[in-house]
Amino acid sequence: MAEEVKLFGLWGSPFSRRVEIALKIKGVKYEYIEDDLQNKSALLLKYNPVHKKVPVLLHNGKPIAESLVLLEYIDETWEGNPNLPPDPYERAQARFWAKFIDEKCLPALWKALFGEESEQEKAMEEALQNLKMLEKELKDKRLFGGGGGGGGGGGEESIGLVDIAANFIAYWVGIIQEAVGAEILNRERFPVLYKWIDELLSCSVIRENLPPRDKMLAYFISRVQAAKASK
Amino acid sequence: MAKTDVKVLGAWPSSFVLRPRIALNLKSVEYEFLEEDFGSKSPLLLQSNPVYKKMPVLIHLDKPICESLIIVQYIDEVWASGPSLLPSDPYDQALARFWAAYIDDKWFPSVRGIALPQGEEAEAELMVQVFEGLALLEDAFDKCGQGKAFFGGDKVGYVDIALGSFLGLLRVAEKMNNVKLLDEAKTPKLVGWAERFCSHDAVKEVMPETDKLVEFAKMLRARFKAPAS
Repeated sequence: MAEEVKLFGLWGSPFSRRVEIALKIKGVKYEYIEDDLQNKSALLLKYNPVHKKVPVLLHNGKPIAESLVLLEYIDETWEGNPNLPPDPYERAQARFWAKFIDEKCLPALWKALFGEESEQEKAMEEALQNLKMLEKELKDKRLFGGGGGGGGGGGEESIGLVDIAANFIAYWVGIIQEAVGAEILNRERFPVLYKWIDELLSCSVIRENLPPRDKMLAYFISRVQAAKASK
Repeated sequence: MAKTDVKVLGAWPSSFVLRPRIALNLKSVEYEFLEEDFGSKSPLLLQSNPVYKKMPVLIHLDKPICESLIIVQYIDEVWASGPSLLPSDPYDQALARFWAAYIDDKWFPSVRGIALPQGEEAEAELMVQVFEGLALLEDAFDKCGQGKAFFGGDKVGYVDIALGSFLGLLRVAEKMNNVKLLDEAKTPKLVGWAERFCSHDAVKEVMPETDKLVEFAKMLRARFKAPAS
């Protein structure tokens, strides 16, 4: 039976890009469908009625949502270049840090950059603390790693679940900082994290699956202007 | 394997702490339960979970694993010879992960909000969210379990553990608010499932009694309301 893989995504969404990276690392052929935000496409509402969000993967007609769930699904379904290591303890660590990124890092960063002014200082402190913890976890590794082959020789040399999950930090934060005129992440404060960003962005499978910088910057600048105009 | 090779750091009232205990019971793995004092955090806890400083923590062969659902997955993978907690089919597995994430990220905050309320206005909205969630989960029950006894099918699985661990909190919310949340008229499948889950051998010895939980919740409420001294 010919396999059918469709991905509903958004060009600017880090969550959507995570799934694309994972699929590309595995060499899975898929059809990409850009979600029409204005009309919240009927298909999206059908396939993800609970959250009504992208990314949604349709595999042979069966829908799956939530990017971290999808990263695990992709690992389980297609062989080769896994994003999780085989050892249960290391898998638990990778899952822990991916969850930490989504539950703590991203919300704090978002609030620090876009939140109400009264919340920004506290969010900034939290974001800095979280990034420090993440940096500590990196130690002297080039990547968070744990992957089986995508972009390297396996183990810590290969892109793993945490590297993919941290794509927002590697790429989007820098762009948003420029749009907003703030600085949380910089090379002086986070030398180890920056080395990781350089390493990650040097991997072609990552680089080729990021939204164009100028387009992304323009988007965030217009968001900032819209927010100012509404005040 | 010696009993001391496996330790669970936790406290009896915590829903999250129930999860690894149920999982270990299902796998027939003996463990040492290190009871934390709910008011303070032991040095072992702080050392084992420096990022969140929260329970549960599983300590296996001196290595700590944190976050309850991550611990459950770890238990499933390490003790692979025991009954599996996650489905083997990748799609069913993804479905299980999806619903467990929904339960923790979306549904649980509403339940906690009405069990340990912050203010009357928010409560009405939260109550609606809890009922909406239960309706979704009633629907998910058959999707996951294919009409069998549990979300995991014939046996207790990942989603059963994720949702079932909150049954105590749900009962507290019912008592405190004088409302029936698990209602046979609205979610009959969940009502039947809840009874089966709570009477399961792996669950009944660790699930705290509702009365004790209510007392504990009242104590917590009083503590929050008391003026800072």
